[in-house]
Amino acid sequence: MIEVQNLTKKFGDFTAVDAISFDVAGGEIFAFLGPNGAGKTTTIKMLTTLLTPTSGTLRIDGLDVSRNPNEVRKRFGIVFQDPSLDGDLTAWENMELHGIFYHMPRKLRIERTEQLLKLFELWERRKEQVKLFSGGMKRRLEIARGLLHTPKILFLDEPTLGLDPQTRNQLWIHVKHLNQTEGVTVFLTTHYMDEADRVAQRIAVIDHGKIVAQGSPNELKRQTETESLEEAFLALTGSTIRDESANVSADQMRAMARMWGNRR
Amino acid sequence: MKVIYILWLRELRRYSRSRAQLIASLGQPLMYLLALGFGLGPVFQKAGQGSYLQFVAPGVIAMTILFSSVFSGIGLLWDRQFGFLKETLVAPVPRIQVMLGRTLGAATVAVLQGCLVTIVCFIAGFRFTHLALSPLALVFMLLIACLFAALGTAIGSMLQNMQGFQLIMNFLVMPIFFLSGALFPLNGLPKVLGFITSLDPLAYGVDGLRSALLARAHFGMAIDVAVLVGVTIVLLIIGSRLFARIQA
Repeated sequence: MIEVQNLTKKFGDFTAVDAISFDVAGGEIFAFLGPNGAGKTTTIKMLTTLLTPTSGTLRIDGLDVSRNPNEVRKRFGIVFQDPSLDGDLTAWENMELHGIFYHMPRKLRIERTEQLLKLFELWERRKEQVKLFSGGMKRRLEIARGLLHTPKILFLDEPTLGLDPQTRNQLWIHVKHLNQTEGVTVFLTTHYMDEADRVAQRIAVIDHGKIVAQGSPNELKRQTETESLEEAFLALTGSTIRDESANVSADQMRAMARMWGNRR
Repeated sequence: MKVIYILWLRELRRYSRSRAQLIASLGQPLMYLLALGFGLGPVFQKAGQGSYLQFVAPGVIAMTILFSSVFSGIGLLWDRQFGFLKETLVAPVPRIQVMLGRTLGAATVAVLQGCLVTIVCFIAGFRFTHLALSPLALVFMLLIACLFAALGTAIGSMLQNMQGFQLIMNFLVMPIFFLSGALFPLNGLPKVLGFITSLDPLAYGVDGLRSALLARAHFGMAIDVAVLVGVTIVLLIIGSRLFARIQA
């Protein structure tokens, strides 16, 4: 379903993703793990047509991503790592916009919106502007929105960041259900190793832009002679802490927005 | 079509919800209208040009539309920073539709804003001289709004942060306003200034508005319409190219 060969992305001198190759089969749940700044999000951005690769080939459902971006976009859904909701619109309106973007029939869109907002316990607040929501609620809405149209491939970029255990559990149950009943291929990244261990059938570990190991959770544990996936991960990527550069300009703009009374 | 419509609706929804901004954005035109309209009135009268309030009102309306449409066009920058842009960029929708929906929405908001200021002008004492021509004023408002919303979207596609925004305000939007003849008559200007103003697309918008509201033309309505439509098309083409190239 996803075929990646020698994929490379350079930003100036810095190589964020360095000639990685991997395949994800249809109907598989695939976890892409790595420390901060390892190149996970850059890879997802290239897979989802947001960034053009410096070199290498990318195929999704047999289609070349750079040649048929629009066809590829029809085939996947994504939950982004950072916020991507419109704070001025209500929860319902955010869902409506998404459904229309993905050409969903009206009736189906309304049915599924109701079902998902209820599942993630946002139904009562559907008429409120999203900027009034708490962090956890926004996160839940992002996830509900990503699941609105049933894509062939679902990209989840650290979807459980900042969620309470109840919602995390709810999310993974739903994702597994989608995978089993509708055969949705899932490509996910997460920092919670227990989640990857629980849901993923196959895992690739990326560090410094290169894939350092690939296989099922058990294979990785065997390879590194460790008991848990967390230990295997640390054995593969070392225990140094990585820093990500802060997004100064977004912070500045948020400050501006607050000054103008637009809470986001 | 549905995508264009929903993005257009989004701009209107956002506009109707930011009441504070709506009122704040009336402050600046009001200041120009009252301070300049009444302040320069006597001098203008002495120079034999009639009422300055009458003269400047179409300029103030044009200014409102200019700022409002460029701002909402640049709203793209906010969407980029707050992440919503990504949602539109991964959607299986031709980017030209996304761009058109936004631009039309921004233009509609600007026209609404222009209508509000027209009402304010009325309260301040401005009167149409040719009522029959006044529907044309609405056409010119729409043309100005589309042109500068397209410009705003094109700029918004290139800018990465707020610093660039300041630069655009000071070196593009303000000159466009001051050189448009919104505040002074274009006839009898020094040659160089006259030439520069003839390159300013807003000059044709202001001229069109003044022709419609006061039957007082410099370039003539036909030229005004031709220039505004032509420049809008060029900007839409450039804008859609730039928008299609956005990477997140």
